Amino acid sequence: MSDTSGPGIPAPEGPSNRIDTGYEVGQDNISMSVGPFGLDIHNPVFAISGLTIIAFVFVTLAFQESTGAAFGDLRDWLTGTFDWFFLTAANIFVLLCLFLIISPYGRVRIGGREATPDYSYTGWFAMLFAAGMGIGLMFYGVSEPISHFSSSVAENAGTAESWAPLGGAAGDAAEARDLGMAATIFHWGLHPWAIYAVVALALALFSYNKGLPLTMRSVFYPIFGERVWGWTGHVIDILAVFATLFGLATSLGFGAEQANAGLNHIFGIPVSDVSKVVLIVAITGVALMSVVAGLDAGVKRLSEINMVLAALLLAFVLVVGPTMAIFTGFFHNLYEYARYLPELSNPFGRTDDNFRHGWTAFYWAWWISWSPFVGMFIARVSRGRTVREFLTCVLIIPSLVSVFWMTVFGGTAIDQLVNDGYQVVADAPLELKLFAMLEALPLQQITSFIAIVLVIVFFVTSSDSGSLVIDTITAGGKVDAPVPQRVFWASFEGLVAIALLLGGGLGALQAMAVSTGFPFTIVLLLACFAILKGLHSEPR
Amino acid sequence: MFSNIMVPVDRAHADKLSLAPDTAAKLAKLYRAPVTYVGVKAATPGPVARNPAEYDRKLAAFVAARSEADGIEVHGKPFVSHAPAADLDDALIRTVNETGSDLGVMATHDPKIADVLWPSNGGKVASHTNASVFLIRG
Repeated sequence: MSDTSGPGIPAPEGPSNRIDTGYEVGQDNISMSVGPFGLDIHNPVFAISGLTIIAFVFVTLAFQESTGAAFGDLRDWLTGTFDWFFLTAANIFVLLCLFLIISPYGRVRIGGREATPDYSYTGWFAMLFAAGMGIGLMFYGVSEPISHFSSSVAENAGTAESWAPLGGAAGDAAEARDLGMAATIFHWGLHPWAIYAVVALALALFSYNKGLPLTMRSVFYPIFGERVWGWTGHVIDILAVFATLFGLATSLGFGAEQANAGLNHIFGIPVSDVSKVVLIVAITGVALMSVVAGLDAGVKRLSEINMVLAALLLAFVLVVGPTMAIFTGFFHNLYEYARYLPELSNPFGRTDDNFRHGWTAFYWAWWISWSPFVGMFIARVSRGRTVREFLTCVLIIPSLVSVFWMTVFGGTAIDQLVNDGYQVVADAPLELKLFAMLEALPLQQITSFIAIVLVIVFFVTSSDSGSLVIDTITAGGKVDAPVPQRVFWASFEGLVAIALLLGGGLGALQAMAVSTGFPFTIVLLLACFAILKGLHSEPR
Repeated sequence: MFSNIMVPVDRAHADKLSLAPDTAAKLAKLYRAPVTYVGVKAATPGPVARNPAEYDRKLAAFVAARSEADGIEVHGKPFVSHAPAADLDDALIRTVNETGSDLGVMATHDPKIADVLWPSNGGKVASHTNASVFLIRG
């Protein structure tokens, strides 16, 4: 009677070990109309998340100085005091992922033993990068290797004031270069992707295999049982919405500042509030079209466009830059990464406090605070992969791509600085370092323009995928909630960014978003336990 | 006059929305045309089913029940979508084309201002296929 052909996902699935719960997805939802728009929202997650975010924005705007100092102090205290905790936790995530790849659990298939992948490798990879890291690679691809190289080679490397990793290599340019690249790759390699992979695997497993709603709370069913449908789960989901929206809104605000600086640098467009607001409105507008178009026609298509543009830019720098040095540098950097990894990931007995607190612990808190968003998005598009395939593709391959990206962009910049004496790349402000590097290469007008487009579209792909995630959480795990809800969250995110940009307070709320990384680290450690427990009961 | 009738079914509201299937059944008897019920579901767990396999079974059961009750030839066509709210129109248009349906019988709501931003599914099917569309308000 009924066939199973469809436009995207082949049905089913085969044996999997479903969790028997009396909870029905959406049972706590309220269906209502606001004017002409129908809504299907979780009670109380939607209301509390929305109202708390509004309250925080008002408090931040009203008491800018005190909140800025308070949230900044909180972040510094957390990353300074609990650096060992962040570093240890991130190491655990990497080790767990590597263990799962080689263990028999790797055979478990997400979505059931006979499920087949929803997306091709190309579309899948494009979305992984576009949601989670693309924008960072654009900004830090040049600036971070240069920063670590400069601090490592400086005369004061190794002193208490220095920001050099592992005491640096004062006066030794070759060693400082290796250390700088290794430290950068450390922050963009296995550890951040392991953080995303843990959250994504946990969500995918408990949603597609166990049959629980696609929200953060579901991961904790093995620990809290039926209580996850009550306030315990509400708090987890609200925290996830909170971290995601503030993370996105503050990134959007800062991103607009950086994109504005880039446009000013290339085209002379004035740096002003008007320019920044126009950029935010434009980015939000495209993100709105993308979320309305859905995952396949919107987010995936934009991600693929971005991947092609990024590949073109990468290939260009590779060809016109120091090509041979980059190729040999890739393997050399991998070796240096492996060589320094034990020291860089060691949480105890180190003296490079500035680097450990200000860079590594900050990064880990930042990745972890983004993990509910990126993890949930990765989970949603990863049905049909085995755990081994999933982790190889979410952990190993993106790490290698990050190494290659950093080698091409950072390696070229360091080469320009050391071999050509091109000081501009070191002296340029953070948001312009990429453009400074491109300026020393041919066709800089074109490549800088592509870079600006990439930056903006990466923001769009973060904004639309983030809005889909927030919408799903605040709809109790339903992915078919009315479209106006997604429109609301994407617009809300843009409005929060504009309010904070004009009123001040972007830094304060970004500090607070990063601070949510601390409770989420505990949440993620519990998720590791839940993953093992969940996988153990799956047919392999 | 009609050779195949396409009817979208929202399994979440199947108990409440029987007017469109009832009307389609009467037309099917009149024109001796088979009816194809289309259901669109997300791959993630939802209120109707916790996975696509369960949804398939439920749609098949619904189709079997309608076939027995209405005494007509009935088919089911489940679509599993990554974003059902956004992909519904495409699924309906695709079904019309694949099954050669020349009539769509679809439940609809009273017109709202929001329809300006998000046009109704019936309107989209009518404007993108050669099928006639019979909208049932209820």
